[in-house]
Amino acid sequence: MSYLFNTPQQTEEMLAAIGVGSVEDLLEQIPESLRLDRKLDLPAPKSELELEQHVRDLAGRNVTASSRSCFLGGGAYDHFVPSVVDEIASRGEFYTAYTPYQAEASQGSLQAFFEFQTLICQLTGMDVSNASLYEGGTAVSEAAFMAMRVTNRHQRVVVLGTVHPEFRQVLHTYTDLLPCEIVEIPCQDGGADLNLVKEQLDEKTACLVVQQPNFFGCLEDVRELSELAHQVGALSVVSVDPISLGMLERPGNLGVDIVVAEGQPLGIPLQYGGPYLGILACRKEYVRKIPGRIVSLATDRNGKRCFVLGLQTREQHIRREKATSNICTNQGLLALRATVYMSLLGADGLNRVAELSCRKAHYAAEQLTALDGVELMFPQPFFKEFVLRVEKGVERFTDAAREAGFDIGPLLRQFDSIDPSVRSQGVLVAVTECRSRDEIDALRDAVRDF
Amino acid sequence: MKNELATKLLFELSVPGRRATQWPDSDVPEQSLDELIPSQFRAESAPSMPELTESDVVRHFVNLSTKNFSVDTHFYPLGSCTMKYNPKRHERLAALDGLGNLHPYQREEDSQGMLQILYEMQEMLGEIAGLPAVSLQPAAGAQGEFTALLVAAAYFRDRGEKRTKVIFPSSAHGTNPASAALAGFDCVQLQASSNGLVDPDDLQSHLDDSTAVFMITNPNTLGLFERDIARIAGMIHDAGGLVYIDGANMNAILGITRPGDFGGDMMHYNVHKTFTGPHGAGGPGAGPIAVRSFLEDYLPGPVVRKDTAEDGSVTYRLADPPNSIGRMRSFFGNVGILLRGYFYLRTLGADGLRAVSENAVLNANYLREKLKDILPVPQGERCMHEFVSSGKLQKDERGVTAMDIAKRLLDYGFHAPTVYFPLVVAEALMIEPTETESKETLDAFSEALHAIASEDPEMLHQAPHSTPVSRPDEVAAGRKPLLTWTPCLND
Repeated sequence: MSYLFNTPQQTEEMLAAIGVGSVEDLLEQIPESLRLDRKLDLPAPKSELELEQHVRDLAGRNVTASSRSCFLGGGAYDHFVPSVVDEIASRGEFYTAYTPYQAEASQGSLQAFFEFQTLICQLTGMDVSNASLYEGGTAVSEAAFMAMRVTNRHQRVVVLGTVHPEFRQVLHTYTDLLPCEIVEIPCQDGGADLNLVKEQLDEKTACLVVQQPNFFGCLEDVRELSELAHQVGALSVVSVDPISLGMLERPGNLGVDIVVAEGQPLGIPLQYGGPYLGILACRKEYVRKIPGRIVSLATDRNGKRCFVLGLQTREQHIRREKATSNICTNQGLLALRATVYMSLLGADGLNRVAELSCRKAHYAAEQLTALDGVELMFPQPFFKEFVLRVEKGVERFTDAAREAGFDIGPLLRQFDSIDPSVRSQGVLVAVTECRSRDEIDALRDAVRDF
Repeated sequence: MKNELATKLLFELSVPGRRATQWPDSDVPEQSLDELIPSQFRAESAPSMPELTESDVVRHFVNLSTKNFSVDTHFYPLGSCTMKYNPKRHERLAALDGLGNLHPYQREEDSQGMLQILYEMQEMLGEIAGLPAVSLQPAAGAQGEFTALLVAAAYFRDRGEKRTKVIFPSSAHGTNPASAALAGFDCVQLQASSNGLVDPDDLQSHLDDSTAVFMITNPNTLGLFERDIARIAGMIHDAGGLVYIDGANMNAILGITRPGDFGGDMMHYNVHKTFTGPHGAGGPGAGPIAVRSFLEDYLPGPVVRKDTAEDGSVTYRLADPPNSIGRMRSFFGNVGILLRGYFYLRTLGADGLRAVSENAVLNANYLREKLKDILPVPQGERCMHEFVSSGKLQKDERGVTAMDIAKRLLDYGFHAPTVYFPLVVAEALMIEPTETESKETLDAFSEALHAIASEDPEMLHQAPHSTPVSRPDEVAAGRKPLLTWTPCLND
């Protein structure tokens, strides 16, 4: 049998040592009436060879970012992953270890997480980072909870309608049973209307949630929005694309209090949406309100530098129902991937990736909007992603692209919370450094007469 | 002098001007950056990040990896965590281009292979649980708990009932009360009984029409099966509440008994424990939930549905259940971990799965027997897949704590058990060998513990002696946390 060690003879020896006649005898704690009286109804087992054939067949039915040119975005991006990232992350010493409770047996992971925290702070301009959360959407909710704890305001969270629709849905789910009102501010021109924002912020508001670049790829005036939040004593929470920080101003310089992010672009494969990497960093005065694992530098018995899980008194295994969150796992392996990715790129590499993506996105937008009946939906500056308005049928447009070997999307139609006028004719287009001018030109030619 | 480059931080290895990556020149017409993005949005200067070569980075992280204990390198009997062997085939298969490189917004017609896998995974998890309706969305066990509590709340709301109370035993995982509090419920903790099991009479005294959910791990955190579970579930149901099974210990009962059959209405799986997703130094995991049919419509979406056309052709699609509590996270779920679980289930089948649990129980009882003279187990005659020994004897007679024993085990080349949990056992050492260990390993582990039991207590207080560092001062680190590197750390 796969993955079992004991031979029949050893099993007999072990049973004899225990003093029972059979394994069945060991299960006597389970009342007979509760036992399953049949086999589980599962597919028959497969050998490694058969399994691989089966899985290759299924995998072959999917169309991926390497079988068609990928212009898909909306929070997950086809950025290039250097070989070293896979090489390091596939070391068994990293991926088969557990949460580093025993510091002496886990210095490798602990140091890598400490380095992750530092790199995230350098990237965002914030003071402290945790060692990761589940993914970008739940990170927004954790940030909102954290803002409630910091401000002691539990009634109201204001969120821009340009924040990823799925992130907003998660926020609604997470707060459903709490006395907290989630106020969404509709945004029709691709960016925040500062007057509307001002109207909705009040002295009961825990935080204002902004996304930069926003779901439509457009840039928001984060400095001004943070200022508006601060005027009523609320915190400013901003969800960023980490790649954009290779080029854009760091949130720490714009008055932001809590930065969250989906870290997938930092060397993490697309894998149909997960597992991804939730990032959360904040100003140092809020450090004890931060959710999730944190690694701290420490010294050992001999005065030697080492690393430990820090600030655990905030957590579920000590504070239980008073814990800062119920998060138990972090995304250690993905934080490691991001750490290796950022170490390889450094500021210069991140800047190159950001600038290449940005230049190519702008070229693609220029080429596509030169076509009849295709225009940019919003007048705002954008980074690597933009919304096209295709009046004569956005679906025919994407079908024509697909036919010719290009995936673009998602169509905005699939998000109920987006304004209908925008939704019906809009499609997101994302462009990373991986796309070439030839591909962009070919896409343009393919949809010329759709 | 020893080469200490291996232990330096990335930031200390940095040399200005070094580069590890090279990027292509832009192949689109150059425009000034001001035309692309107005300067008000752009950073004035680059962040201060390390500058390294590719080989610097490789050597650094490979050296770090050697400072870890892991399942691939050590016996890792960390109770409650189920650190079993992670089959290598899973890594290769999950990384196949058709799975690893699939965008979450790829069209359904272009993701049929993936959707079929996820649909079959839903079906298999429903069968193993005896609870047919499954959502794969939750990202971790604790998120699965939280999800199920929201499902319960939605169900009671639809019935017009106001139920505010979640009850759990004192031995519960800390995430149970934390999840209940996060969902807005009041928490009620049952006191531990002397035999380590939930006392039905004590439970009865807490039940009333405000009882929403009873959360229980079965087998429980002492490694004991709650014999009265059917009666307990009946009591909860009579009070109008729902029974939640924390599936952390499913490794003990696969194919032997099912949460749905012993009274559970909802449960989560820890796919990374039971079905061998590697733990990745803390994650990612996956925490799908399975519920009874009457709760199906409340599950978080999306879930995968299968449509069979008149001509017999099958297609898979994503759908949100009609009264869904909403989304728990963006996109579908932790698919990469679900895939590994799928590969595992397709490798083992029904007989293999049952053999897993039988061998996990055999190994645990064997080790328990071997250790009973030095580390007795206060509760129960037998155990399921794990057991909680008490180091009280060692402490009373020799002044050696559970922590001392745990640390000394590292010197012998074994990862330590979970210590000081559950709180109901003095000097607790929670040991879970799992089915993927051999008799030889268990014998060696037992010998190590027996050797430790006769070693000089003073030497044990100072253990470990062979690891890169020993006994960090966690109190000082908690009082004055240093959470990022700054240049002044080197002064």
